Amino acid sequence: MSSNTESSVLNAPKAGTRWLWFHKLSSPPYAYRTSGVLRPWFLWSAVILLLVGTYGGLLLAPPDYQQKDSFRIIYVHVPSASMSLMVYVVMAVASAVGLIWRMKLAHALAAGCAAVGAWFSVLALFTGAFWGRPMWGTWWAWDPRVTSELIQLFLYLGFIALRSSFEDTQRADRASAILAIVGVVNVPVVKYSVIWWNSLHQGPSITLTGASIDSSMLWPLFVMLLAYALFFAAVMCDRLRVEILKRERNASWLADIGAKT
Amino acid sequence: MSVAEFFDMGGYAAYIWPCYALSLVVLVGIAVSARRSLAAEHTRALRRVQSNQEQAS
Repeated sequence: MSSNTESSVLNAPKAGTRWLWFHKLSSPPYAYRTSGVLRPWFLWSAVILLLVGTYGGLLLAPPDYQQKDSFRIIYVHVPSASMSLMVYVVMAVASAVGLIWRMKLAHALAAGCAAVGAWFSVLALFTGAFWGRPMWGTWWAWDPRVTSELIQLFLYLGFIALRSSFEDTQRADRASAILAIVGVVNVPVVKYSVIWWNSLHQGPSITLTGASIDSSMLWPLFVMLLAYALFFAAVMCDRLRVEILKRERNASWLADIGAKT
Repeated sequence: MSVAEFFDMGGYAAYIWPCYALSLVVLVGIAVSARRSLAAEHTRALRRVQSNQEQAS
């Protein structure tokens, strides 16, 4: 078993303790237990922040001087759009780690990400259409931002389809990892599309140098961004555990997982 | 601001509420489906462990 040889190498006195955390984190039983402990913290802080952010966005923030109340779509549109990119980066990095260090757990994480990322892309496109209709006068435009976000959705769907075409999990892991890594080029294209090309889509409200919107409108957006990220973390705790259970079919530690999830 | 004014969203109700409604449905949906598939996979794993132990004894 490869994991046993790895552990004996890492536990050897010469290797030191520098990589011990890495080894520990990549051990399936440890990851299984840790994600079970972390999930409620992620979930409930996400729920509280979602309520606070929605209240702030719908009731406390003033209407925009140009877009009036329609701008309030920003509080569900930007978090889902930004998560559709963030999740992909997590998926691509996990895939690369899985390929380079042959770490099963990293592949498990990547496999768990795809469907959630796809749903965030769907939400970004849907809320974008419902914002575009009153502001641009159209539900859909083949605009650089919109088109590249659609490609983002297709990358997730391609990743899922490619995985399901393999019976063998290890082969599925390797093939889909390559797709995830190649596809990561689309992330900066989506992010900078509004700057690189003349786009219908408005420019970024938040940049590294500051924000172009008032703080009364900005704080609910930050709260919602954090809420979506924590929500993703909570969902991933469950999805990672599912992937671990699928991969560790006959591992002896499964006898200790307990009767309750 | 009255309740009716709030729900009217300055005339943009038809655009704002579908966005919030679908976001809620999708977020709840992905959380529930993750929970359910974990429960199913967990039951399957326990059953496998049990049958392995029975074979061993």
